[in-house]
Amino acid sequence: MTASDTHRAIEAVWRIEAARLIAGLARMVRDVGLAEELAQDALVAALQQWPESGVPRNPGAWLMTVSKRRAIDLIRRNERLERNLVELGHRLEHEEELPEVDEIEDDLLRLVFTACHPALSMEARVALTLRVLGGLTTEEIARAFLVPESTVAQRIVRAKRTLADKQIPFEVPQGAELAGRLAAVLEVIYLVFNEGYSATAGDDWMRPALCEDALRLGRVLAGLMPKEPEVHGLVALMEIHASRSAARVGPSGEPVLLLDQNRARWDQLLIRRGLAALEHVEELGGARGPYALQAAIAACHARALNPEDTDWVRIAGLYEELAKLSRSPVVELNRAVALSMAYGPAVGLELLDQIMDEPSLKDYHLLPSVRGDFLYKLGRREEARAEFERAASMTRNARERALLEERAAACRGDTG
Amino acid sequence: MKFMIVGKANAETEAGVLPSQELVDNMHAYNESLAKAGVLLAAEGLYPSSQGAQIAYSGGKATVIDGPFAEAKELIAGFWLIQVKSREEAIEWALRLPVPPGHEGVGLDVWRVFDPSDVPDDSMPAEEREREEALRERLSVDQPDD
Repeated sequence: MTASDTHRAIEAVWRIEAARLIAGLARMVRDVGLAEELAQDALVAALQQWPESGVPRNPGAWLMTVSKRRAIDLIRRNERLERNLVELGHRLEHEEELPEVDEIEDDLLRLVFTACHPALSMEARVALTLRVLGGLTTEEIARAFLVPESTVAQRIVRAKRTLADKQIPFEVPQGAELAGRLAAVLEVIYLVFNEGYSATAGDDWMRPALCEDALRLGRVLAGLMPKEPEVHGLVALMEIHASRSAARVGPSGEPVLLLDQNRARWDQLLIRRGLAALEHVEELGGARGPYALQAAIAACHARALNPEDTDWVRIAGLYEELAKLSRSPVVELNRAVALSMAYGPAVGLELLDQIMDEPSLKDYHLLPSVRGDFLYKLGRREEARAEFERAASMTRNARERALLEERAAACRGDTG
Repeated sequence: MKFMIVGKANAETEAGVLPSQELVDNMHAYNESLAKAGVLLAAEGLYPSSQGAQIAYSGGKATVIDGPFAEAKELIAGFWLIQVKSREEAIEWALRLPVPPGHEGVGLDVWRVFDPSDVPDDSMPAEEREREEALRERLSVDQPDD
């Protein structure tokens, strides 16, 4: 093995071990920031020693031993932790044997909830989660989110300081608090997924790779919290969305809409995994949660071999439930589209007209664009033209504006 | 990226000898660790080749050859499909696979699995692409859902 081979092997070990290592250390020193630094120190030691000595047989245990030794050294020197010194030092020195599997899982779960603590900004939660749980480097996170590396480094430093200053306990919340905090955790994972998903393939491979990072985090969380239906719901949603990756970008990098996608390019393995996760949600009795409902909608599309086989009646029903939960006008808009597909454009238009004055949709060009489409299908060309023109004036995307202007022109051609 | 770790067959797996309880337990723990790390997509064990068949081609004709096949070391006994960040990570996972004591020679292959998103879909004929363009004019009908 050359030195660079060893470096890549160490990176691989890091990817696998980082979260468990940091989680275990955080429980011992009760400080996520300090735990992360100790783990990083061990990584540096590995980078120095392994190229010569070779990768040890149990690299995870090696890293843990080195980190713990550093922790003991540090605690002896560090006044900040003086009050805990005796107890902590004693605990560390006597915790030589490897922890039980259950213990590691509890630690990991605590790490998840601490990294996604509401005391941190959303950006900080995302950066810290990817760093300590995903094993991503600061550079990788920066590239994925298209921000300078120094910004990410700062976010992580600040996040760790906030956790320490506010003395946020390293724990999984209990009882009523759990649901709210779990929602925050799921939000972070889904945000990471969407950051990768909304970027089209091509230029920067890091962004699509974020989808895989999010899926991995989701699958880990599902393993840690097997009884929480919404965790499986989110995993199902991500698996099914990810199954379409290859089909949603055309030959020149242009996005291909769902109904136009080549379904032969959908990843059947991911679809099956998604459907299985969704079944699991149902067994747990959580099919009415927001992620489960979104996953169920995605599953309707995944089950249809051809676009025309899509069960729009079911989709419209699922959107109705989702709308009750979220009261989001965007969900209502989607529901209107599903209704029009299921029962015709007049039904869709009826719902759409109820949300036309929604202030949050004031600048949303899809609203007039969809309304124009319904009107067009109903033969009300002049009204449709006005809507397409309105939509064209609202969109900031040149390509989309051109399409909308074409549609407006087509309405005029039909009437005159 | 996806990798397939392929477990090679040997005389024992081909004879259908069941592995020891210890190996089964270790394998179970290994699969669990892959799943807990969020990297496991699928894993299956294969029956001996006597239950399968080979298809051979000659002069444009296909011939079915019933198992078992001659070279046990060229056969496979099972596979794991994993999704990881790098070839090195796939190898690191493969290295952690429990191998029965006394095993000699190649026991595992690590293959990178082709991903359809590695190449764009240009299988769409021009006519269909036009149709697609026309459909797209309906504009973002289900974009939020995609």
